[in-house]
This record gives sequence, C-alpha cells and structure tokens, in this order.
Amino acid sequence: MRAIAMDDNELQDCYALLGTIHDPEIPVLSILDLGIVRNIELLHSLQDTGHIRVTITSTYTGCPAMDTIATLIRMELLKKGYKTIEIITAIAPAWTTDWMSEDGKEKLKRYGIAPPDKRFEIPTDGIACPQCGSSNTRLLSEFGSTACKSLLQCNDCAEPFDYFKCH
Amino acid sequence: MTNASLIDFTLYLADSTLILGQRNGDWCGHGPVLEQDIAITNVTLDLIGQSRSFYQYAAQLIGNGCTEDQLAYWRNEREFKNALLCERPNGDWAQTILRQTFFSFYQRELFTQLLHGADTTLSAIAEKSLKEVRYHCRWSSEWVCRLGDGTQESHERMLAAVENLWPYVGELFVAAPYETALQIDTATLKSNWMDAITAVFTEATLPPPSLTSTFMHTGGKNGQHTEALGYLLAELQYVQRSYPGCEW
Repeated sequence: MRAIAMDDNELQDCYALLGTIHDPEIPVLSILDLGIVRNIELLHSLQDTGHIRVTITSTYTGCPAMDTIATLIRMELLKKGYKTIEIITAIAPAWTTDWMSEDGKEKLKRYGIAPPDKRFEIPTDGIACPQCGSSNTRLLSEFGSTACKSLLQCNDCAEPFDYFKCH
Repeated sequence: MTNASLIDFTLYLADSTLILGQRNGDWCGHGPVLEQDIAITNVTLDLIGQSRSFYQYAAQLIGNGCTEDQLAYWRNEREFKNALLCERPNGDWAQTILRQTFFSFYQRELFTQLLHGADTTLSAIAEKSLKEVRYHCRWSSEWVCRLGDGTQESHERMLAAVENLWPYVGELFVAAPYETALQIDTATLKSNWMDAITAVFTEATLPPPSLTSTFMHTGGKNGQHTEALGYLLAELQYVQRSYPGCEW
C-alpha cells in the first residue's frame, strides 16, 4: 500500500472512511484490516471536481463479497461528496494473508476465528483454539463456511471453530 | 503471437473452469457428508472465480463492449473450447473426485508455465489461481487415495472412474493451434502431470496409468464436444436466454 503523506489530510480522511467499511462475510474486519485496499489516488480534491480512484484486490478469485465491497466503497465516497469514483480491481500482486493487519488478526481471534498462523500453512491439527487457547485441537475439514476458512474443533473445550487459512 | 490465439487460449481456460464449476455445483446439497459438500462447493467457487477472471480478460481483448456474461451465456456448444474432461458427467463421488484430481493437477502444471509466459495478465491470473489450485490438488488427491486404498467397494468404484475418465485426459496434452501459437509446452506438461498422477495412483493402490494404451478422445479444445455439453449449457444459459440481460 502506498505510504500516506502526512500532510495530505483529505487522503487520510479517505483511508479512515474506508476503514469503516466491513467485510460482509466477516463483519469484524474492515477492508483495510483485510488488506484488500491496495491504493487510493486523489486525482482532484473535493474542493475541486472530486475525482478519486480506489484500487482493490480480491482475496480468492471467486470471493462473492467483492461486488458488494465495491458498491459499499462507492456509496461511502458518494456520501462524502466525490463526483467521479473509479474502483479498479487489481489481480496482481496476488492477495496474501500477510497483508492482514496485526490489529485485524486480534479482532478475528476475539470474534472466535483463529487468525492465519505461518506455522500452519496447511491447516492441520493443533491450531490454537480462539476460545480457550488450547492447542489440543483437530482439523474437521480443510474447507469451511467461506473460501478463506477451514473448520476445526477443540478437544479441550469442545468448541468448533473456523481458522482463517494462510493464503 | 496473434491476438486471435490469445483470445482463443483465454477462452479455453475460461470455458474449462466454468464448465467444471457448473458440473461440480450440482453437488451442492448432495455431498456425501456436510464437510465434503462444503469442500466441493468451495472448490467450485474458486473455479467460477477463475473463469470470471479469464472471461473478463477475453472480453477486454475482444473489445466492442463485449462482457464476461455474453461470453458465458451467449455462445453455443461449438463455440465452447473447454476440455472434454470438464464436461463429463458427475457419476458417483469417485468419478467427481477423480475428474477434479486430473484437472487440478493439469491446472497446476499449466498455470506454473503461464507464470513465466509472455502475457502479463495471464501470468497474474495464474499466480492468483495457483494458490487455490494447490489446495484443490491436495484435497482431491487425498480422496482418490482414501477411496482407492479403502474398502473393496470404494476401490472398485475408483477403478470404474479411472476406466470412464482416462480416455479424456489425453486431449489435455494435444496442443490446439492457439496453444502452439502461445508456445505452451505440452510435452513438459504431460510428463510432469503423469509423474504426479502416477504418484497418487501408487498411493491409492490403483494400477499405474498409461497414456499410450487407450484410445483418447479429442476435439473439445476446438469446439467438438460430447453429447453431455449441450444439456449442461441448456441449464447454465437458460435464464439469460429467456430473459436477456436480466440481473439480480
């Protein structure tokens, strides 16, 4: 993501605004936490003609939330007063869970989803339970409720939970 | 490389992933157990996502306001270039899983080649898709081993699936004119794919496969399909053909 120039207040406002938009399928995460906002370009400021370009990328190619997310971004920017809004979907570089913010990972855990963990590139038994913290867990299915998650169960507290896969 | 070859090759990739995705989608709500129902539909979602990326690119290359929906819903059977393997009926779980294994390993090898290809958009789509494909390879080949090296019943079903599907894998490695134009190295694809599949078959206690001992069907890449595709397209395209341009 492009570094934000500290004196560019309007651009910072835009980032803050996009930080209020949440993933429709994992509402605890903002689209900034997920790392799918790759760039915001302020082509003409609000005082001028209000022209902005946002580049996003999908997590998985078939993520059904992408169209909704693009619409949500457009709605927020329209409300803010932008007249010309371009939303570009970039394919490269390919999205990776490395782009998820540390804050995002904490939020996931509190929400009951085990965050991506580099030690478990391939989902397997032993991923820490987000409820009780135990590593005495077992993999139920490599595929879970959305493309980005696997399903596990804790052997200690018996709670089934999702694991956000490394990608 | 001519633009026409690039469009045809992109459509081949788009059609193959769409048609296999449509086939797999029939399992939604009918999987053998809930977790595997979810797994196959997740794989399907990835395939449809990949096909959208390819269709969007093909539409952009074609220009004149062409859209991904037009390419998916408004072309006829003879215009579809998907590999025959992708249109073969689901059969039982063994057949569906084996078809997925054959195709996922093929995708893995082909997309790895595309990473270093001349076309940057295809490279980008390949790079993104490979992350998904590797997952599909692991999941589907584990099932081939589970069934092949399972009970007598599951072993026999896997053998029947091999007999049904094997005559359709040869086509993957016969270069269509547009593949030749794009310098796709089908010989390397074939040998890497055979090594990977032979390893899976060995673990699954299935007899080692051979690409030379069986008659191989061809034609899909150039629009000549088996009877199965027409029925599939009728269902896939019905709504758009009946209510042109409808959206929800």
